[in-house]
Amino acid sequence: MIDASGERAADVRVRAATIAEVGAGLEPAPGALVLDAEGCFVAPGLVDLQVHFREPGREDSETIETGARAAALGGFTAVVCMPNTEPPLDDAAVVQSVLERARAAGLCDVRPSACITKGRQGQELAPMGELYDLGVRLFTDDGDCVADARVMRRAFEYASALPGAVIGQHAEDPALVHGGHMHEGAWSARLGIPGRPAEAESSIVARDLQLARRTGGRYHVLHMSCATSAELVRAAKAEGVRVTAECTPQHLVLTDEACAGFDPSFKMNPPLREQADVDALRAAVADGTIDAIATDHAPHAPETKDVPFEEAPPGMLGVETALAVVLTTLVEPGVLTLHQALGALSWQPARVVGLDTDGHGGPVAAGAGANLCVIDPGAQWVVEGDALASRSRNTPWEGWKLTGKVRHTILGGVPTVRDGEATR
Amino acid sequence: MRHLLAIDDLGGRAGIEEMLALTESFVEVTRRDIPKVPALRGKTVVSLFFEESTRTRLSFETAAKRLSADTMTFSVGTSSVKKGESLLDTVRTIEAMGVDAIVVRHAAAGAAHRVASWADASVVNAGDGRHEHPTQALLDAYTLRRHRGPSLDGCRVAIVGDVVHSRVARSNVRALHTLGCELTLVGPPTLMPERLDGWPVSVAHDLDEVLPDVDVVYLLRIQRERIADARFPSIREYATRWGLDEARAARLKPDTLVMHPGPMNRGIEIAGRVADSARSLVTEQVTNGVAVRMAVLWTLLGSGGPIV
Repeated sequence: MIDASGERAADVRVRAATIAEVGAGLEPAPGALVLDAEGCFVAPGLVDLQVHFREPGREDSETIETGARAAALGGFTAVVCMPNTEPPLDDAAVVQSVLERARAAGLCDVRPSACITKGRQGQELAPMGELYDLGVRLFTDDGDCVADARVMRRAFEYASALPGAVIGQHAEDPALVHGGHMHEGAWSARLGIPGRPAEAESSIVARDLQLARRTGGRYHVLHMSCATSAELVRAAKAEGVRVTAECTPQHLVLTDEACAGFDPSFKMNPPLREQADVDALRAAVADGTIDAIATDHAPHAPETKDVPFEEAPPGMLGVETALAVVLTTLVEPGVLTLHQALGALSWQPARVVGLDTDGHGGPVAAGAGANLCVIDPGAQWVVEGDALASRSRNTPWEGWKLTGKVRHTILGGVPTVRDGEATR
Repeated sequence: MRHLLAIDDLGGRAGIEEMLALTESFVEVTRRDIPKVPALRGKTVVSLFFEESTRTRLSFETAAKRLSADTMTFSVGTSSVKKGESLLDTVRTIEAMGVDAIVVRHAAAGAAHRVASWADASVVNAGDGRHEHPTQALLDAYTLRRHRGPSLDGCRVAIVGDVVHSRVARSNVRALHTLGCELTLVGPPTLMPERLDGWPVSVAHDLDEVLPDVDVVYLLRIQRERIADARFPSIREYATRWGLDEARAARLKPDTLVMHPGPMNRGIEIAGRVADSARSLVTEQVTNGVAVRMAVLWTLLGSGGPIV
């Protein structure tokens, strides 16, 4: 067993939706379901701060049900879905419908985030109070950066009246991005693909940190990708600014060189950057500057990716591979300890959006919510896009041999994944 | 070589030189009374052009016809693409008709690579976004060698203008560097590549400093749209600082050559009288384009026997 407080060998007994007992040598009650966890880690269920389940609007690429199933297979018991749906999540009725569909799917605790501004237009505030009352804690215009500093300031100020609410930013200045499709650097210059400079991100992060400091607002940097942003967040945290940050597994492993074959599977925003950025992000996860590893699970139907790089939509699948990628590329080589990795995948993101007060992210202790994942650290597998549960197959990890797999996932005391198979 | 997507596909100096030697044989063919050989009889070459480009398309089609291949033209303006057909479906449709080579021109970098990943036919990149235009670089190298002799080692070439947006520049940098040229990119900093790691070039911003020393001035087409992207203030200022006008041309060494991939903006990047002067290779570049494309198609599709 492993949670925020450390590791120990024990059995776990779950009754209803709660962990009833943790201890060595527990005997199963008559008729109890026994899940074998021999040789495995029992961890709090993983928590993903950024997924796109595409419903409503693009059900051809993912639905809440298919996305939640994929997430459960990846060990997640809670995810925050992004508001860039069609229509966007800027309205109570749409948020309600997402919550209802998530409840019906029952495979994962799907929590909607909602827009900062109406229609994600970056101008007028969305009804944040009403959306907050429905349970929304993360507000973001998602793929669209709130570029207007005055609007961002007002959002910080307004949300500070909503306890636990946090303003998330896709930090990329649209003026600097201006039609770019990959990281601006040696590879974009060589390939002739218009670039998105790292400064498009770091300049917005710098600005937003100043606004957060001034307003006392809570700021969350979505999928942070470059070294300078990490430095800015580290300094702001030291100063007491209320900031959290996430980055994706792909930004911790891959670089812009992956785009050299023009394969749109490697296209995302913010883009894959350079080795120096990868190294800086890894250090930032290790020292806690980056709180969360979030997948930015972004399904796109195959026909939308079977196009030239510049014409493809940005985004990659993530929920089914995140844990194994982190274990294989970061934990196994010693970049992160298992405890650091699971912290960034579970209890730290749970705290960012208040899911820790709702039974997610541990601890694995009597009385806590029975949201768990059981990880077989030695299981080896090869990623095949076609074999993933997602409705899409745009994985950047196609053909990768990974070590570590989810054996069981338990949501509210009920297995959503058993022996590597979804239960529904 | 199954496809020609980028200069590096030719496999370095030996591969480029082999293609240029083959071009020589096809130049001989194009000078015959009946400039046609049966080398690709029964083969079908389709040109798939998503961008307007009359000269490149005609050059490829002429090359294919002189090799006795059948040609088809798929131009986007009148096709199913207008009805929303994807590139992948277009390629599948064309392949279903039975083609041996697809010549692709597209506004997106890497489009030809995508087509090559889907197609059984050989793919020739006739220009993909800002990325590459390998047959242009081959015909430029061929033309240059006709005037400079077979060795381009130490030949000093200035490539002037909108390098960052230019596939011609990217292919020429790869090709001419591989053949031994010393390259200088000249233009405003806003039109230079954003990063030069891996570019075997030097960069200069003052054309007048560069001109006295160079053996070749290669001018790129400048586009008015760049003004709106804040790349330079006006056509007038560009022409004043980076245009090869008559006064500048007069200061070149007597044997310095002038090249341009076309279409030219006379009076902007190149003065009309410079373009028409004895040192200009512009027309000859076009002529040699056909033979280069014959060599490429023959290499990709030919049986390897004699040209006849």
